[in-house]
Amino acid sequence: MGKVQDKPILSLTNLKKIYGDYHAVNDVSIDIHGGEFITLLGPSGSGKTTVLNMIAGFEFPSDGHIIFQGQPIDLLLPEKRNIGMVFQNYALFPHMTIFDNIAFPLKMRRVNKAEIIRLVAEVLDLVELGDYADRKPDQLSGGQQQRVALARAIVFDPPLLLLDEPLGALDKKLREQMQIELKKLHTRLKKTMIFVTHDQEEALVLSDRIVVLNHGKIEQIGPPNELYDNPTNEFVAGFIGESNLLKGQVRSSESDLAVLKLDDGSEHKLELPGQVRSGDKVCCCLRPEKIILVDDNHTDFHLTGVLEDTIFVGETKRYTIRIGNKTLLNAREMNIRNKVGPKPGDRVKISWEPESIKLIQSTSI
Amino acid sequence: MLLVAPLIIILCIFYFYPLLKLFPESLYRDGHLSLENYNHFFRTPLYTFILFRTIRIAAETTILCFLLGYPTAYLMASVRNPRITALMMLCIMLPFFTSILARSYSWIALLQTKGFVNFVLINLGFIERPVRLLYNEYAVLVGMVHIMLPFMILPIYSVLRNIDTRLVKAARNLGANSREAFIRITFPLSLPGIGAGVMITFILALGFYITPALLGGPSTLMMSTLIDQQVNRLGDWEFAGAIVVVLLASTILIVSIFDKLVGLDKIYK
Repeated sequence: MGKVQDKPILSLTNLKKIYGDYHAVNDVSIDIHGGEFITLLGPSGSGKTTVLNMIAGFEFPSDGHIIFQGQPIDLLLPEKRNIGMVFQNYALFPHMTIFDNIAFPLKMRRVNKAEIIRLVAEVLDLVELGDYADRKPDQLSGGQQQRVALARAIVFDPPLLLLDEPLGALDKKLREQMQIELKKLHTRLKKTMIFVTHDQEEALVLSDRIVVLNHGKIEQIGPPNELYDNPTNEFVAGFIGESNLLKGQVRSSESDLAVLKLDDGSEHKLELPGQVRSGDKVCCCLRPEKIILVDDNHTDFHLTGVLEDTIFVGETKRYTIRIGNKTLLNAREMNIRNKVGPKPGDRVKISWEPESIKLIQSTSI
Repeated sequence: MLLVAPLIIILCIFYFYPLLKLFPESLYRDGHLSLENYNHFFRTPLYTFILFRTIRIAAETTILCFLLGYPTAYLMASVRNPRITALMMLCIMLPFFTSILARSYSWIALLQTKGFVNFVLINLGFIERPVRLLYNEYAVLVGMVHIMLPFMILPIYSVLRNIDTRLVKAARNLGANSREAFIRITFPLSLPGIGAGVMITFILALGFYITPALLGGPSTLMMSTLIDQQVNRLGDWEFAGAIVVVLLASTILIVSIFDKLVGLDKIYK
C-alpha cells in the first residue's frame, strides 16, 4: 500500500446513485489516503464513472456521503471543490490557445497576471510542451492534447486529481508511454490520484490500490498483486488476468486431500486450501502461468489430462488441456528450454505450487 | 459535384436569369443607355430614406430575433428529455405550416382598432380608447420578428446542441460558476450559430415583402414595397430594376462588412 496517513483525504461512505429503479452506484465505501494512486476498475456500466462524477460534483449522491479533507462535500457545487479532473477525450476548450486553456483555472481563481504566466510556463515545462503555448488544441496530436489536459488539471495545485479513462483514446504504444509518464508524475507531485479505467492491465501497472466495481458494487479492494494472486470471487478472477476456474462439489474430504466432483461429472483428488467439508460447492481459481507440465515419469502431480492444443507465442507457449470430460484448462509456459513439448492428443500430467490454487466465491453457486 | 447540378440549374433559370435581365434594363431611360434611374434614386430624399429605413428595420428585426431567439435555443439545447425537445421544435416549426400571408393577416386581426390586443388593454384599464396599433413601424416589426424567429433559433440551436457538454463540466471543475462558464465557453462556441442566424434573418428581412406591405401600409414603405409600387402601379420596369440592383448591392455590401468583422468562414467550419 502507499503512504498511509492517519486520516483519509477522501472518504466515500455508503455512496448510492439511483436513477428510477436502476442502481448505478450501490453502497460504495472507500477510504483514500493522501498520495495514493487509486484505480476504479470495472466494465462499462459498473458505475465507476458515476462515482467519479459524484466526487467531482457533476452528480449528487442519492444517499451516502463524500468527505474531502474532513469536510462533507456531497452537495457542494463543482467549482467550489478544488479537485482537478482530466476528462475522457480531454475536453480542451477548442476556441482557446493552449496557454489560455491552462490559464483558465488560474483566471477563475483571480490569480494575478504575472503569476499566471509563471505558473503556466512552469507546468508546460513539466509536460514538455513549452513551445506550444500559442497553438490551438486541434493543432496538437492526441498525446500532446492529453498532456495539456493534465497540465490544466494540476496547474492550480489541487490536492486530488481525478482521471476519467484519460488514455482510452490513444493507440497502444502511446498509451504505454503515457502510463509511464503518469506514474512518474505521480511520484514527483505526490498528489492523490483517482484513475478510472476498464483496462485491467493499465490498472495493474499504475495503481497503489485497485477498486474493482461491477453493477455499481465493490467486488474487491486491494493492491494489484493481492487482487491478482488472491481474487475473492469469480468476477475479479475473470476480470483481472486470465484464470482457470474449477467448479464443483466436494464429495469427501480427508486431511489435506479432497475429492472434487466437477460440474462436467468427472471426479478428481485434489489438495484444496482452507477448510472444505463434504458437500460444499466450491470454485477454485488457478492462473495459467502457475500450472506446470511435469514429465511423465514424475509422481508428484495434481491432475492428468489430454493436451488439446498448443499455441506458440514466441516468449511463451500456451497449452489447452482437457481434464475430466470437457473441462478445459489454459496453461502457459515460458519458452526457456528448446525442448520438444507434448503434442496434441498426448496425455499430460500437471502440477502447481500448493498456494497457487485459491478458493473463491462463485457467482453461479 | 453532380449532385448539386440540379440546384445550380434551378438557380440559373429562376434567379440569375431574371437578375441578368433586370440589370441591363435598369441602365435604360426612355430607350437610351443612361444612369438616370440611379441618379433619380439617390437624388430623391424619399428613396434614400426608404433604403435606410429598410436597413434599420431589418437590423431591428435581427436584434429582436436574437434577443428572443438565443434564450429559446439555449433552453431547447439544454433540455435533456427528447420528447420535450421534440415538442419545442414542433412549436417553432408550426408557423411554417401556415402561409406567411395567413400569419400576417392574423396580426391584423389581433392589432386592429377593435382587435384582441386593444380589447385586453381596455379591459385591464391600461388605456381608455383603442390605440392605433396597425400600419406603423411597430406593427411591421412585430410581424417580421414573428416570422423570422425560427431562422434565428434553428442555427443557434443546432450549434448549441453540438457543443460537447464536457466542456462546460470541465469549466465548472476548473472553478468557473455557471455564469462564467456560459460567458467564457458556451457563448463563444455558439458564435458560428449566431453568425448564421443573424445573416439569414438580416438578409431575409431586407427583402421582405408581404408583412411590411400588409402591416405597414402606405406610410411605412420599404424597399420591397417600393419595387412593387413601381412595377404594379406605375409599370416602370426600368426604375424598378435600379431599385432591385441598389437593394442587392446594399445587401452584398453589408454582408461583406459583416464578413470582415466576424469572419463568415467560421460559420461554415
